[in-house]
Amino acid sequence: MKLKTFILTALVAAVYVLHQDFWNWKEAYPLVFGFLPIGLAYHAGYSILASATMAVLVWTAWPKHLEEIEPEVKHPKEDRS
Amino acid sequence: MIPVIVISIYLVIIGVIGVLAFRKSQANTEDYFLANRSVGEMVFFLSIFATNMTAFAILGSSGQAYRQGIGIYGLMASSSGLVIPLTIFFIGTRLWALGKRFGHQTQVAFFRDRWECDSVGTVIFALSALMLVPYMIISIMGGGTVLAHLSDVGGTRPPIIPYPVGCAVVAVVVTLGVFLGGMRGTVWVNILQTTLFLCFGAVAVVTISHALPGGFGEYIAKLAGDPKTSFLVTREKMPPQAFWSYTLIPLSSIMFPHMAIMCFSARKVTAFRRTVVLYPLAIMLIWLPCVFLGVLGAATLGKVADADGILLLMLEKYAPVWLAGILGAGVISAVMGSDAHQVLALSTMFTKDIYQHYGGREKYGEKAAVHFARAFIIVVTVAAYVIALELKAKQGIFEIAIRYAFSGFAALAPVMIAALFWKRSTKWGALAATLFTAACLIYFAVLQNTCHPGDVVWQIGQGKEAIKVLFLNPRGDVSFWNGFMTVVPMVFGSAICMIAGSLVTRPPSQATIDRYFPKQVSELSRQGGSPEQAAERVASRAQ
Repeated sequence: MKLKTFILTALVAAVYVLHQDFWNWKEAYPLVFGFLPIGLAYHAGYSILASATMAVLVWTAWPKHLEEIEPEVKHPKEDRS
Repeated sequence: MIPVIVISIYLVIIGVIGVLAFRKSQANTEDYFLANRSVGEMVFFLSIFATNMTAFAILGSSGQAYRQGIGIYGLMASSSGLVIPLTIFFIGTRLWALGKRFGHQTQVAFFRDRWECDSVGTVIFALSALMLVPYMIISIMGGGTVLAHLSDVGGTRPPIIPYPVGCAVVAVVVTLGVFLGGMRGTVWVNILQTTLFLCFGAVAVVTISHALPGGFGEYIAKLAGDPKTSFLVTREKMPPQAFWSYTLIPLSSIMFPHMAIMCFSARKVTAFRRTVVLYPLAIMLIWLPCVFLGVLGAATLGKVADADGILLLMLEKYAPVWLAGILGAGVISAVMGSDAHQVLALSTMFTKDIYQHYGGREKYGEKAAVHFARAFIIVVTVAAYVIALELKAKQGIFEIAIRYAFSGFAALAPVMIAALFWKRSTKWGALAATLFTAACLIYFAVLQNTCHPGDVVWQIGQGKEAIKVLFLNPRGDVSFWNGFMTVVPMVFGSAICMIAGSLVTRPPSQATIDRYFPKQVSELSRQGGSPEQAAERVASRAQ
């Protein structure tokens, strides 16, 4: 496995594992911004982390070869589906 | 009355967009079902997001947060924010490429060609169609619920738009839009709809915060301080096994036919780049306010008869009437955006996978196929409407979606992954996985209806050390191995069936494998010879 593939796989796996935040399970406090229970604020932050992870994947592992795909079917009416 | 007027204006706009799209349409199925594969980047994001956001996202999430607390956000929203973009990134882009290259318009068309099979494709089609219908029904139910709440004048008088009429209004407007505009009309409408409901959450939170004396913090502290309600601001009553199980549910997203079909409609694969990055943020914009307001509803409104309507009750009480109307239109947008895609997807599947596949187009022509699709849309919407009325009293919006559609589609994800990435996969593996999924759904549905909450169906050992392998939890959901959801054995069982079934049967012909897994020039260069010779070998293999 290439180093880049290994690092990206580890990144996605780590983010996935961070979803199971057992340390916040029975906690309501602190209230982030004075009103968001910590369990809810953590997962709002997690959504931002997920977006950042996807940005990393897009920048480093984008399937560029797919951009050059050309249709083998010439006309919609001749399609095989 | 004012909310009803605002929503009526909104519905008229939707109708006008459908007519405009109709005028631009061409009489062939690729244009009707996929807008000629011409959907641009931003529209693609707005549309694919609208495809996935249902009444469940807004009404179901706030209703469940009212019952179970803040954990609902992590349970469904944040896990979806990671898993759905990942599936779009790895599976959606490949589906798009195969659609462009071979002309596929549905998942089943891809499976049939990839595994050289007709009947196995038909089995997958049947299961997908059966599981999509409940998802469509909750959209109509959500629409009826919203219109009934918003037109409720209070007191003993019934709402101006009763639930059955509300369902009918949503069904008719969606049907008209899809009937006339096809995919083009649907994605145009999605631009307006997604913008509306993305703004919805923030506006609702700001409005309600201004109306509440003392601010949100005071109410949250009140919930946390009362032992009877403290579970709403923690996850103390939420089993960690169930919480983890839910991370498998978003695998269903890419297997929903309307999502896959949406992937085929993009103009360029680059449209997926922005979508996968923005998707988690868009989910947060909608779910975070809805879940928070659902929990807040428990503190401010106390016990309510219909938990799924908690958000609307909050709006009625704390937002000005005209604003409640606009926000109601936002909720209706979410309902109709996904419903339109579901109706269109069912119509696409029936037309392409059944009608055309079994010779309809050769017999009656391309134009007739579009007419067939439109007729089918009317039939399926009427059926969904009737079922929506029947089921209203029996099931909550959330439960129907989870039990019958999400788990089933998630269990089909291994089939798609194998088709795209595993050369050795076979139609028999796909059939085994599909039949396993169908059997699980039937079995769990039977258990659900014959057992009672707390009943243990299968247990290993006795006393405190006993492992409850299969049982109904206190809420009445079938659970597995001390608390995991049924989606866990379904996904892993389906994957095992796919692998085992493929390994013991003969793979598709080498020609088909070469078509779907063409070797790159760089790969062949490693086998020796010049790059020109390698390129020649690529060309000869392709032939």
